[in-house]
Amino acid sequence: MRMAELVMGIVMGVFSLYLMWKSAELPIGWIAGEGPGGGAWSFWLAAGMLACCVAIIVRWAMRITPESRSEEVFMTRRTLKVFLLIAGALIAMVGLFHIVGAYGAIPIFLIFYLRFMGGHSWRLTGGFAFVTPIATFLFFEIALQKTLPKGFTEPLFLPIFDFFY
Amino acid sequence: MEILSLLLNGFAIAFEPLNLTLIVVGCTVGLFIGAMPGLGSVNGVAILLPMTFLVPPTGAIIFLGAIYYGAMYGGAISSIMLGIPGASTAVATTFDGRPMALKGEADKALVAAATASFVGGSVGVVLFTLFAPPLAEIALTFGAPEIFALMLMAFATFIGLGGDDIPKTLFSIFIGLVFGAVGLDIVSGEPRLIFFDIPGFFHGINFLVLAIGIYGIAEMLWTIEISQGEVMISQATITVRRILRNLAELARTWKTMLMGSFLGYFVGILPAAGATPGSLMAYGFAKTTSREPETYGKGNVHGVVAPESANNAASTGAMLPMLTLGIPGSPTTAILLGGMVIWGLEPGPLVFTDHPDFVWGFIASLYVANLFALLINVGFIPAFIWVLRLPFSILAPIIFILCIVGGFVPTLDMHDVWLMLIFGVVGYLMRKLDYPMAPAVLAIVLGPLAEPALRQSLLISGGSFSIFFNRPFAGVIMVLALALLFMPLYPMIKNRLFKKSSENPD
Amino acid sequence: MKAIGKAGLLGLGLGLAFGIGMTSVAKDAVAWEPKKPVEFIIMAGKGGGADKAVRFLQSIIAKNKLSSKPFTPVNKPGGSGAEALVHVKNAADPDHTLMFTLNSFYTTPLRQPKLGIDISTFTPVGRMAEDTFLLWVHKDSGITNVDQFVAAAKKAGNKWIMAGTGKNSEDNILTDFLNKAYGLDMKYVPYKGGGRVAKELAGKNANSTVNNPSEQLGFYQAGKTVPIGAFTPTRLPLFKDAPTFRELGKDFVYFMQRTVVGAPGMSKDATAYYQGLFQKIFNSKGWQGYMKKKSLQGGFLTGDALMKYWLEQKEVQRGILRKMGAIK
Repeated sequence: MRMAELVMGIVMGVFSLYLMWKSAELPIGWIAGEGPGGGAWSFWLAAGMLACCVAIIVRWAMRITPESRSEEVFMTRRTLKVFLLIAGALIAMVGLFHIVGAYGAIPIFLIFYLRFMGGHSWRLTGGFAFVTPIATFLFFEIALQKTLPKGFTEPLFLPIFDFFY
Repeated sequence: MEILSLLLNGFAIAFEPLNLTLIVVGCTVGLFIGAMPGLGSVNGVAILLPMTFLVPPTGAIIFLGAIYYGAMYGGAISSIMLGIPGASTAVATTFDGRPMALKGEADKALVAAATASFVGGSVGVVLFTLFAPPLAEIALTFGAPEIFALMLMAFATFIGLGGDDIPKTLFSIFIGLVFGAVGLDIVSGEPRLIFFDIPGFFHGINFLVLAIGIYGIAEMLWTIEISQGEVMISQATITVRRILRNLAELARTWKTMLMGSFLGYFVGILPAAGATPGSLMAYGFAKTTSREPETYGKGNVHGVVAPESANNAASTGAMLPMLTLGIPGSPTTAILLGGMVIWGLEPGPLVFTDHPDFVWGFIASLYVANLFALLINVGFIPAFIWVLRLPFSILAPIIFILCIVGGFVPTLDMHDVWLMLIFGVVGYLMRKLDYPMAPAVLAIVLGPLAEPALRQSLLISGGSFSIFFNRPFAGVIMVLALALLFMPLYPMIKNRLFKKSSENPD
Repeated sequence: MKAIGKAGLLGLGLGLAFGIGMTSVAKDAVAWEPKKPVEFIIMAGKGGGADKAVRFLQSIIAKNKLSSKPFTPVNKPGGSGAEALVHVKNAADPDHTLMFTLNSFYTTPLRQPKLGIDISTFTPVGRMAEDTFLLWVHKDSGITNVDQFVAAAKKAGNKWIMAGTGKNSEDNILTDFLNKAYGLDMKYVPYKGGGRVAKELAGKNANSTVNNPSEQLGFYQAGKTVPIGAFTPTRLPLFKDAPTFRELGKDFVYFMQRTVVGAPGMSKDATAYYQGLFQKIFNSKGWQGYMKKKSLQGGFLTGDALMKYWLEQKEVQRGILRKMGAIK
């Protein structure tokens, strides 16, 4: 935990510096008769972020915060495994949105999660994997007319649109 | 008395079979749209707008008004059950609604939200009926300085929201404000903070992207870690006796409800403010004036009642400048305004005299819609509770999918979904280190309202801050805001000086 | 047990087979029709003039069943329309991507050359209207003509507030023109959206605006604001008392285009379909009524004539922006 607190402080401090640098693309000073320039708001707030990070690191060094004294591991092996699995599954699902589209990615994600992580029966898994995309389609595309990404499965949906409209 | 007869005539219109059907259907549809993370009243109204040409204009606006109401009720549902605010107006509801659900009091929180929404909506519509024209005149004079003062006040009421770790709380506020500045700088007309020249940043970082990332993805990862994926979200039950007991308990929150309703309404009628600052300020005021502020954020029912009464009162309030001035007070009313144009009505000061049937039929329908939204909402509570009792390993993937689709739908841009995932993962890691996240979400909502108002004011005054004090409304709000801002800071500083040596070492 | 899963797979398989079969049939059809919902991008935010117009167009299409598939409006206001332009330029399916444009269609690519937008690659579908601009003041100011306006603004110097819709926008261009033509020093304060600008004038937080008629109409009818000059070649039928600046000896005419643009690379058949569709909409009673009420001008332009109009307008805008110092 102690290590993580320091690393997060430093990473966020570096991120603040990046934000300050990026904000400085627009004027960050006071323009006479007009007020602050276009980058001033974000520049000085990012500077505030940096100051907070410095304070966090100082407090870490002085061991003021509970996190900076904690000798607990930031993530146990088990937690790390679960975290990586779920985060990985989410990233894979969103990635698949681009390739096989929402209606391919959603069942794959559900099958993975329900069957392999949740240990549910194939019957329940299959049921959800089948019903969820249909419900999603009917609600978002037909009722709300919001088109979800379809990737290469797009042509398969054309007759379905013909049917509904 | 003239108002009374006009209103009665309005009720006759609202109770026509077609209009009554539209109210019921609108409330139900709105409830479900509002309950989806990522979809709020704006989406509901915008999407169903083209359907309204099938009915006469009065029926059309009644239908959209009912959707608006239903969605405002529904917004609380995802805040309480999933901890994910469906729209910015429901952010404050998560602060206590979610802890209540985790304590097994989801039913109580849902009933509280529904009742408070009803009270807020009713107060709003009564104020609307009685004082529409004079309030519209006041709202009209509110310019950039007043809006900035108001935003400062909203921030001030929230100073105590973060954790005990002041640097981390401030960090959270600042990062939210910076993210809110991404996109376009209105005053100089230049693109700003377009990271790595990715075009997706041109539209800025949508509030929902951060909120769903933090409250959806990060919160789910956190829950899964704590429960190791095996525990249910809550063990809520629902019986008639419990509902009655809850209602009796709710009666004791009437002061908070009324406070929220009035505050919400008056903030709501101001153009460009809308329901979000109203609900945040109501929560902040309820907490500041409470005798036990430390119970807020841990499942205090007042913390649900205050923002919910305020956001419904505000959504009624926002209709006022829309109808009487043709100025939308919120994105949703902007769409309603577009609708009126499509139906061939010109909103503005003359609409009350030129189309009395339309206006009064609409106002009366708000009374009716408010009642139906309450009944429908309460009727569905058992169904929502049932969903919560599904095993978490089934609920979790469904919530993840809702988050991802909900992040995509508002802008139809995969860029936002990726950004949401990043916020979720980083937010989870920060949450483990006790960085408070709520201030960042508030800041990303209020920042884009506050910054242009500040810069426009300074442009008008030629760079002088006196503009915030030498205008009557701005001056009063500004002084109040500064007082609120520094009041809690004083004991905080005092505490810090003495507390250090005796701090708990765990 | 596994029955549901299997049935699901079977259903999916059938659906796929059915889908493939049907698409090959659809290809043989003679006249082109949209095959899925058409994405109708708006270069501006919700509730603005462009947004209202698109939602009105959408309602005409749906009401008269002009298309078998719905048109779904998508707001992409980011970066003064930069986001919309980039999105449409890279549209995955140009046959189903349209955009409703303002003058930022010209000015944003000129001001942000990094975007790599060449408007001559876009598909000309149809110019639905040209919106007009007027000079507005508050009725309580007592100003009734441009001479009084000039006298008052001169006296106030840089304390005279002109509210507009963003730096270097159409409103800014007109403000610069007035400042230069009459030797004024008005201060330009940008707000988000024309409705908000109109309200700032009605609430006396600004001294004057150069709103479109549709934005000020409500306040005008309520007797709060008055137009005192028009940036049009001839007086507008709705505002007969407002002389044109041409009459006043300052030859300045400025329009805002309201044009439907197709994505680059749109197929010939699809282009012909959309051109015909919007011609039909333009001639419909609904649109003509809308134009009259909103004081919109201009006839329908399409195809090569529209492209020619774009390229001319682009040069006009380039000249104006250069004069303002917004571009080199």
